Amino acid sequence: MRVSAFSKVELADCLKKQGLCIRVGSFSVKIHSSMSVVVDGIFALYSDYALADDDYADFHIEINPPRNARRWYRPQVDFYFDGYRPFKPLPQDQAFALFEWSFNWCIASNCHTHLILHAAVIEKNGNAVIMPAPPGSGKSTLTAGLVSKGWRLFSDELAMLSLDNETVCALPRPVSLKNDSIEIMGAYAPGSILGPIAFDTSKGTVAHMKAPSESVARALEPAIPRWVIFPKYQSNQQAVLAPMKQAQAFMHLAENAFNYQVLRQAAFEKLGEVIDQCQVYQFTYNNLDDALEIFDGLD
Amino acid sequence: MSFNHKNHQLISAVIQNPASTAGFSKADWDILIRQARRANILGMLFYFLREKKIKQAVPAFAFRHFQAQANLDENYRDAVKLECQRVSDILASINTPLVVLKGAAYVVADLPVSHGRLFSDIDILVPKSGIAEVEQILKLHGWLAGQIDAYDDKYYRQWMHEIPPLHQIKRGTSMDVHHAILPETAVLKPDSALLLQAAVPVSGYENIHVLAPVDMVLHSMTHLFHEGEFDHGIRDLIDLDGLLKYYAERDTDFWPCLLARAKTLDLSVPLFYGLRYLKRLLNSPVPGHVMAESEEIIGGRKKIMDILFDRALLPDHKSCDDWFTPVARWCLYVRSHHLRMPAYLLIPHLLRKAYMKRVAKNRSPDDKI
Repeated sequence: MRVSAFSKVELADCLKKQGLCIRVGSFSVKIHSSMSVVVDGIFALYSDYALADDDYADFHIEINPPRNARRWYRPQVDFYFDGYRPFKPLPQDQAFALFEWSFNWCIASNCHTHLILHAAVIEKNGNAVIMPAPPGSGKSTLTAGLVSKGWRLFSDELAMLSLDNETVCALPRPVSLKNDSIEIMGAYAPGSILGPIAFDTSKGTVAHMKAPSESVARALEPAIPRWVIFPKYQSNQQAVLAPMKQAQAFMHLAENAFNYQVLRQAAFEKLGEVIDQCQVYQFTYNNLDDALEIFDGLD
Repeated sequence: MSFNHKNHQLISAVIQNPASTAGFSKADWDILIRQARRANILGMLFYFLREKKIKQAVPAFAFRHFQAQANLDENYRDAVKLECQRVSDILASINTPLVVLKGAAYVVADLPVSHGRLFSDIDILVPKSGIAEVEQILKLHGWLAGQIDAYDDKYYRQWMHEIPPLHQIKRGTSMDVHHAILPETAVLKPDSALLLQAAVPVSGYENIHVLAPVDMVLHSMTHLFHEGEFDHGIRDLIDLDGLLKYYAERDTDFWPCLLARAKTLDLSVPLFYGLRYLKRLLNSPVPGHVMAESEEIIGGRKKIMDILFDRALLPDHKSCDDWFTPVARWCLYVRSHHLRMPAYLLIPHLLRKAYMKRVAKNRSPDDKI
């Protein structure tokens, strides 16, 4: 059974009372929330996800107003990780975005069975492209564009490299779009579905785009990393895919890892393997059509 | 066979009877992982399950959470050992032996309880007479106190058993430098000189020492039952359970020595509490006569303390709580303050802290109080 089996009222009831337990990639997550923004977001963006066994969840996430006056006065929202509140509250209209960020945090700070890079991952024919990049480089926009045209979405934030084998694991979730890219994707992929919009976040205006149904259905199929591509959006520049030095790429990947510091030797060896098995490029582009053509031509 | 237990006894069921995990339902694993994550013992449980040769029996969906934390262990241990070695070299230059306490001590001494155990700072013990010199030489090597106002600084130096916490400016490591294991103002007064005298060198190192086995156990108990924070209560009990089993197996005189040493160090009360709650919560193998002898010290307060400690020592997770748990934690918090300082010092201190917290909101960060 999928989340789509619920009406919005049933979904709201479930989130408020027993909690909604869903399967996302190889994880199960139980979500509690009484907030309508969260219900809206999950109803719009998580309809394809399978319901998980209610008895067990890898992560228990609660998104609710604080238990004080800030529930009403200039309303705020809190993230509770199984009863523990790791962060300060945010304005209430950011509740759904907070859920997405919280979920990322749960994985990045707990799943040390994998080396986790801050990078987008997409796949075609069993081969994966890892795209690490700082915020503002257009990584999520590029990911959203490519997955709307046939690439399979693994993640737009977390590259999960297994320490036990040479694969990268899929964690298909809504793609986070910021500022101008919300409108750009609306025009580029008119059928795409957007969740609630959060204004004035630390990253500007944020909205999440629904992951393609096929990516969600195939979430348990891993892939082999074949390319590491550092994307950079530059409005005045034609699309260029330029080879990059392996050593330089290694350093950039290490800087972009969430748990390199704590895994140390295992992380060092893993990154070495990834760099060895991948072609490494820097990619500058100024429109999605050119990017699609170049990515489709990767060999 | 189904195993009967309540949620609040899950961790203790694993420790007492590891084979019982074979009867765990999915819901049991869910609760166990959540409690263990909160108590920061997922990695410790991994090694425990491995040592008992039952890790293959743990279902994969649960096992990966234990594995994930255990993956941090090897590098964490290396980092702790390296940092201790550096501090040891620094202290050697002023002819001061390094005595490491608690978690870092378990790591450098390679005790079984150190596996998978994560902690946030290194604790060391130095003679009070030499503390100024130690602080000075550490400062030269980049160990500085963080931002601390004059009042807090004075509070540490005048009343506490340690100087303000130090941080290594390059590596960000934290270290607490103690000259005693309880505050100067505490009711109990264990003599640090005795602890330092009995400290044992760690093989493989030139200048690194840890407390003698009995002292290590007594220190851990004192810390647990006299500091009012129980975030890691169950972890500390598991440490103690492991230490007692390890040492009692290796030294037939361990138990009588422990009782005698507790008297010498004025720590019979924490020893009593330690043994009692190890027995009650983890069913640790404390010999009956040791328990009886230890009990003679304490009067009729047992019932009340049971009501409080039975709750506060469990993981701070809602699956372990009943309505009285928050009250129990609060009572023990108050008790710990009472044990730390006499009221004539404590009350002005708390009032001043409360006042400073209020005014701090209206000050710019670089104002000095």
